Amino acid sequence: MKLQLSAAALVAALALPAHAVTEIQWWHSMTGALGDQVNIIANGFNDSQKDYKVVPVFKGQYPESMTAAIAAYRAGNAPSILQVFEVGTATMMSAKGAIKPVYQLMKDAGEPFDPKAYLAPVAGYYTNSKGEMLSMPFNSSTTVFYVNKDAFKKAGLDPNAAPKTWKEFAAAAGKLKASGQQCVYTTGWPSWVHIENFSAWHNLPIGTLENGIGGTKTQFTFNSPAHVQHIQMLVDFAKNGWFTYAGRKNEAEAKFFSGECAMLTSSSGAQANIRKNAKFDFSVNFLPYHDEIKGAPQNSIIGGASLWVMGGKKPDEYKGVAKFFKYLSNPQLQVRWHEATGYVPITNEAFALAQKEGYYQKVPGADIAIKQLTYKPPTPNSKGLRFGNFVQGREVIEEELEAAFSGKKDAKTALDDAVRRGNEILRRFEAANKQ
Amino acid sequence: MEKRAIFRSAWLPYLLVAPQIAVTIIFFFLPAVQAVWYSFQVQDAFGNDTQFVWFENFAAIFHDEAYLNSFEVTAVFSLLVAVLGLAISLLLATMADRVLRGALAYRTLLIWPYAVAPAVAGVLWAFLFSPSIGVVSFLLGKMGIDWNWVLRGDQAMLLVVMAATWKQISYNFLFFLAGLQSIPRSLIEAAAIDGAGPTRRFWTIVFPLLSPTTFFLLVVNVVYAFFDTFGVIDATTFGGPAQATNILVYKVYFDGVKAADLGGSSAQSVVLMIIVITLTVIQFRFVEKKVNY
Repeated sequence: MKLQLSAAALVAALALPAHAVTEIQWWHSMTGALGDQVNIIANGFNDSQKDYKVVPVFKGQYPESMTAAIAAYRAGNAPSILQVFEVGTATMMSAKGAIKPVYQLMKDAGEPFDPKAYLAPVAGYYTNSKGEMLSMPFNSSTTVFYVNKDAFKKAGLDPNAAPKTWKEFAAAAGKLKASGQQCVYTTGWPSWVHIENFSAWHNLPIGTLENGIGGTKTQFTFNSPAHVQHIQMLVDFAKNGWFTYAGRKNEAEAKFFSGECAMLTSSSGAQANIRKNAKFDFSVNFLPYHDEIKGAPQNSIIGGASLWVMGGKKPDEYKGVAKFFKYLSNPQLQVRWHEATGYVPITNEAFALAQKEGYYQKVPGADIAIKQLTYKPPTPNSKGLRFGNFVQGREVIEEELEAAFSGKKDAKTALDDAVRRGNEILRRFEAANKQ
Repeated sequence: MEKRAIFRSAWLPYLLVAPQIAVTIIFFFLPAVQAVWYSFQVQDAFGNDTQFVWFENFAAIFHDEAYLNSFEVTAVFSLLVAVLGLAISLLLATMADRVLRGALAYRTLLIWPYAVAPAVAGVLWAFLFSPSIGVVSFLLGKMGIDWNWVLRGDQAMLLVVMAATWKQISYNFLFFLAGLQSIPRSLIEAAAIDGAGPTRRFWTIVFPLLSPTTFFLLVVNVVYAFFDTFGVIDATTFGGPAQATNILVYKVYFDGVKAADLGGSSAQSVVLMIIVITLTVIQFRFVEKKVNY
């Protein structure tokens, strides 16, 4: 059926000559319902004007589509727009010539473009130290804290008072365990939650030079006493049976919505799935913080992906891309995207519109991610991060965290090793991107 | 009188082997040469900025403890997969060889797993043994075994060894069965009449006569364990937890394909290439001497 449809579309496209339509290839990694939303956006844009046609192509998971685009670039036929996950940001940024920065694109095309219209913690992630936006924010989420209210009730805890600090968290964990809760707490994306967002939320640097945004000479610094204390706390939780490790990706989410685990930290993007599957009442909350660390809580940082414009295309194509990006920033479209996918809206105006329409009264918790991202104006520690080869870097962090959680290493050794190995990767990246 | 067929033509033999040579050059030699070339370079992901760095990539990987750890993991993994794969399939083949009724059904079932792609095999096992949703994990939990390979390295290793071995048993089985069937019945019957029991018959007659097959399978299985198993790893453990199943070939794949570090990945694949060439040479020079053709 799908094949027939696309074949029909192909025939239609071939049979449609007369008006010269400029095709814009858009490679993305959105599956299932998210993929449908991507197609809705592209179709909406194509119907809104006659000169350009955006063609979304699913190219596999994030790393795969990036690899495909790199190979295509080397062979001279890269797409115009490529969706790249946040950890690939540094790699894309230093690929001068291979990409066209978005601020440049908008200037060349003469499209009005105000980077300040975009949500600061979102745009900041994709902006260089001169304040120039390099890629277009697309799907952004952050890490939040989910609580199973029914399990809280059963343990004699107030279901409407989710723990705010890690101290309160520990108290609740003890009671949950005593009430017979098999798995008390689990987490998705350990590095993203417990290193990257932990740092931003407590206004601690992950690395030097504004977490790498200031240049490729950056060094990791996430082995500070505060970091060690936090990871050691998780190790102790694991020993008490309060923390169950579930894996490096989102495996933990299933453990939460099945009711097995009572508390979860994971992507705000998990909400839709949890809402669909959970047979209990739950709440979405800010990440817990350590109240003894000064300045906490600060604000959390995003994850997800942005749209990069590839270099070496014709000016006409770039004009079309600029028009498409303008279309993408439209508040109505952003609100619909936000509501359908659970990702945060990327412009301030879209957030205001969602509030005005009463979406957050209807779906409580859906605004927690934005509120947490914008809790305080971002500092150099909480703007985002930009580390070269962070695909490998994050892998190293995950490995060392696993070594700590399984008791093979103590928290300090694990974090020291992660920093040392991570710095070697950063130095390799620096050497490869000297120019 | 000369019995062999002789091609008098000067070019015909070359023409006949040309397709095979072309395939070998395009898919094996050229990429290998390219890997050697890349292993001396540091490149950014898009190939816009390339520097020739001599042996820096090699120095870097041998300085990397994760890489050194990967050697150990690979040695354990390959040994287990090759030995278990050969032992189990030999056992199954000797059993299947003796079955009189329904032999075809047994054989077909035993050969089936070979048709399954490594990645699919990995996914099947990952589902069965998944700590959160797996059927087997659930049963193990009921038996009081704490099955959580996302955190326990030994269990993760056990899982990938089982998946990789299971996948290879059919192939080995097929060759062992063919080997067994080519052993003349008269030899075994003569030994039986002389009073040799089944075990004695196996070790003094069957096993030596099977040795060419066993040797061939040993080479194939080692190469399989080194190169062909990354699909199993990629579908289950991704090399984790804490590198417990990070075999050399998976690290090559991860660093090169997922992390776009071509120089480092190429250096690793050159090292891997050297290891497998060395192993094969050793097998042919030393182990083959013990083989009776």
